[in-house]
Amino acid sequence: MNSLPLIAWLVAGICFIFSLGGLSRHETSRRGNWLGIIGMVLAVLAAFAFRGAQTEVVGEKEVQILGIAGYSLLLIALVGGSVVGAMLAKRVEMTAMPQLVAILHSFVGLAAVLVGLSNYLQLDLSHGGAELTIHLIEIGLGVLIGGLTFTGSVVAWGKLEGRFDSKPLLLPARHFILGGLVALSLLLVLSLTSVTATWLGMLILILLTALSFAIGALLVLAIGGADMPVVVSMLNSYSGWAAAATGFMLKNDLLILTGALVGSSGAILSYIMCHAMNRSFVSVILGGFGGESAAPAGGSGGGGEPKTYHTTSASETVDWLLNSGSVVIVPGYGMAVAQAQHPIREICELLKKQGVETRFAIHPVAGRLPGHMNVLLAEANVPYDIVLEMEEINHDFPATGTVLIIGANDIVNPGAQDDPSSPIYGMPVLEVWKAEHVVVLKRSMATGYSGVDNPLFYKDNTAMLFGDAKASVDGLLQELRNRVG
Amino acid sequence: MIIGIPRESGSGECRVAATPESVKKLIKLGYQVQVEADCGGRACFQDEQFVAAGAKVSADRRVIWGESDLVLKVLPPTTEEAGWLKAGATLASFVWPAVNKSLVDQLASRNVTVLAMDCVPRVSRAQKLDALSSMANIAGYRAVVEAAGAFGSFFTGQITAAGKVPPAKVLVIGAGVAGLSAIGTARGLGAIVRAFDTRPAVKEQVQSMGAEFLELDFKEDGEGAGGYAKVMSPEFIKAEMDLFARQAKEVDIIVTTALIPGKPAPKLITAEMVRSMRPGSVIVDMAAEQGGNCELTKPGEKICAEGVTIIGYTDLPSRLPTQSSTLYANNLVNLLTDMTPAKDGQLVVNMDDQVIRGTTVAHQGAVTWPPPQIVNPSPTSAAAPAAKAEVKHETTAYPKWLKQVLVGGGIALISWILAMIGLYAPPDFVGHFTVFVLSCFIGWQVVWNVTPALHTPLMSVTNAISGIIVVGGIMQVGAFGSWGGVFGSILAALAVLIATVNIVGGFMVTQRMLGMFRKQG
Repeated sequence: MNSLPLIAWLVAGICFIFSLGGLSRHETSRRGNWLGIIGMVLAVLAAFAFRGAQTEVVGEKEVQILGIAGYSLLLIALVGGSVVGAMLAKRVEMTAMPQLVAILHSFVGLAAVLVGLSNYLQLDLSHGGAELTIHLIEIGLGVLIGGLTFTGSVVAWGKLEGRFDSKPLLLPARHFILGGLVALSLLLVLSLTSVTATWLGMLILILLTALSFAIGALLVLAIGGADMPVVVSMLNSYSGWAAAATGFMLKNDLLILTGALVGSSGAILSYIMCHAMNRSFVSVILGGFGGESAAPAGGSGGGGEPKTYHTTSASETVDWLLNSGSVVIVPGYGMAVAQAQHPIREICELLKKQGVETRFAIHPVAGRLPGHMNVLLAEANVPYDIVLEMEEINHDFPATGTVLIIGANDIVNPGAQDDPSSPIYGMPVLEVWKAEHVVVLKRSMATGYSGVDNPLFYKDNTAMLFGDAKASVDGLLQELRNRVG
Repeated sequence: MIIGIPRESGSGECRVAATPESVKKLIKLGYQVQVEADCGGRACFQDEQFVAAGAKVSADRRVIWGESDLVLKVLPPTTEEAGWLKAGATLASFVWPAVNKSLVDQLASRNVTVLAMDCVPRVSRAQKLDALSSMANIAGYRAVVEAAGAFGSFFTGQITAAGKVPPAKVLVIGAGVAGLSAIGTARGLGAIVRAFDTRPAVKEQVQSMGAEFLELDFKEDGEGAGGYAKVMSPEFIKAEMDLFARQAKEVDIIVTTALIPGKPAPKLITAEMVRSMRPGSVIVDMAAEQGGNCELTKPGEKICAEGVTIIGYTDLPSRLPTQSSTLYANNLVNLLTDMTPAKDGQLVVNMDDQVIRGTTVAHQGAVTWPPPQIVNPSPTSAAAPAAKAEVKHETTAYPKWLKQVLVGGGIALISWILAMIGLYAPPDFVGHFTVFVLSCFIGWQVVWNVTPALHTPLMSVTNAISGIIVVGGIMQVGAFGSWGGVFGSILAALAVLIATVNIVGGFMVTQRMLGMFRKQG
């Protein structure tokens, strides 16, 4: 057997590195995706070549392991998977992107579990030694990480899809339960190394799988919907580590490399998301944020006297928009839920035709996925060069005529800057209140995800436009069309 | 219109309100210029140079004052000088209307338009007229030069054949224009410079000048209206004084520039602190005119107390007369350029212009000071929220020791794992482990560059790529010789199936997303 497949895997690994590198900019992003595809095709072909060349001794003869049956099984799996994957990709709504990403993560986790079990079944346990011990630990860890990635992703998917309550589920003593489960599963991994009977080992592995499922589910159930960007990127990271663990198990450097790439990528994304919320990773993972909803709201309540807010109408808002030199639109999760990005794009275009500079301000944690808003706006054909990040646009608010806030709350809360008692104090926010007019499109005066009251709503330059986000945006668009044709 | 440049009558005042260069520019604006004989002598500008620039020279003070439509001056005029002014003329100089109320009244009663160079609003547009900043910059420089003159040692540290010289340590209190200038000068001479200011927003500016910014464990923003400092709370002042007391024992030179508009200078350096300083140390009190930041300061004088030289000169800009005259004259030219839109030598006082409105303290017989408030005049306030936003706040508080235990435990665990791998793992595993660790770092490097707008595509691509686990699945299929092999193959084929869903779905959806991103136009 020659080393050609190994070299092909090396090339595939390089393709993956360049693929991620290409995604750093819009201009090179498509090339990046293609490189990823090329790398993957190369890797799969090389795997066939590698496996196809492996032999085993049956009786006296040396025969190839991968026979007709094997090839057909693989082909069925590949074709079947491709069809399902393609259907998923074609059908998914851009607003449902977080769910899709989450559920795809779960597949990697499950695959890691299956590969681990399969590997154990075919393992020769009779020759012990350090190598076997390490191999068994690798299998155990692969199954553990894969399993918790699987259920964690499924729960995240359920929360994003609305199948489960997105409020954090706070079991009493959940930290202890979780800690106990983790300790127990690590013990199981260790016990695996001293078992010599395959059936007993399988039993342990299945138990381990069950435990890891429980850990993943508990972990994500305790985290509120607003923290989903962190959770999804964390699961992204886990799916990478699961692949890397599988790579160790199979002594395959490509799997290790790719897994590590994905793992560190997800870890960085989680870090960026946490940073944007001014919270530590540990506190997000320990969960519970947004659960104690009513308690902290009083902190920013200013003594509890009823506060007044202004309401406005679509026509008044359009007046302001047309009389502004510059308009900034701040979208949040509410825009995604209401699918309001298309009418917003039209509003943006009409304003631009009237000579009003219109831009979008995106907070790093707006939505339920890193970069969520950018994808939605891109879907609606909004050019990416008028979609700005928080740091790029925060200085421009004092010179902005009107700010339109659509389905966002905590990310525009001035309390994060000036109210030390606010639970989100210290979180970087968009300083929309510095603009001349602020119009908030909102269903009611309810609090945002963190359960924190938002003093922005009571500012003199803020006006509330109540109603379903989609209906309000449509109303604005209609009004604007009537005015400017 | 005729512009008159009188000789400064204040004793010891060496500056002049025009230079030969500025006279040329004034003439270009359409004015005629007459200067008093020897007006620039002490700033090293000769009468001949003024003549060469196109000015008339007159020895008669009364002519300069009485026959000019516009008089440019540095210090406020004396009552006598003010009396010589033509009715309806214009005067531009430092005025300090808060202190010289009667002077302003006198000028207004004679229908004189008074442009007070000390009242230029602090907005970015008016920076080129901001004579206070020009003078503060010079004063800051001169303060350090004075300190260097009185200090018995080098500023810069040196190692010489004769022995080692430690660098001087300089503390600058108040990082306004003067303070920053002092920091730059002291740094230029090689000293170690620390600076303190009640306004956290200036931290970056201080650091950009190469000084260390001293901070208190106390949060209070000292930024008041117009970017100037405000009076702080008693707790803050106490913390601040503790800091100064500690620093006084350590530093060789203290330059204080702390001023609060409309208030006497805060007393920051007590006699006690002066006593605690090393003999030979120097204090330059740039707030001497407003009473001084140091208790022992004698305004206008250089004294020696407790072995410490305390310099309380109030005429620091005048001690650098050529430079300060040049900058001040430029400020005046810039002001007159704005006020002479037609360049025809006719002064237009446009009271709708916020800058002109703020600068004009008497016009058409009425006192127009103080001007109405300008909104958001601070050039530094934009930086303030950014600084504030960095304040860390955790909703869940963890005890500090827990964090330390966790970090320590983490390091110990990693060390243990590495040691175990090194001791027991076969070389084969170590090879894979190397690949793993290096790949983590590659991923780390590559992903930091990803623009936030592409985070979702990044996730779906990494997701598709993590479907590489399909390779693992393929490698497990095929051995149907045993029951283990059969079950193993089936499980692995299942893994291949779902991993393929992942790969194809991930790449295709990324392709779809990236196709949507487009550039404007």
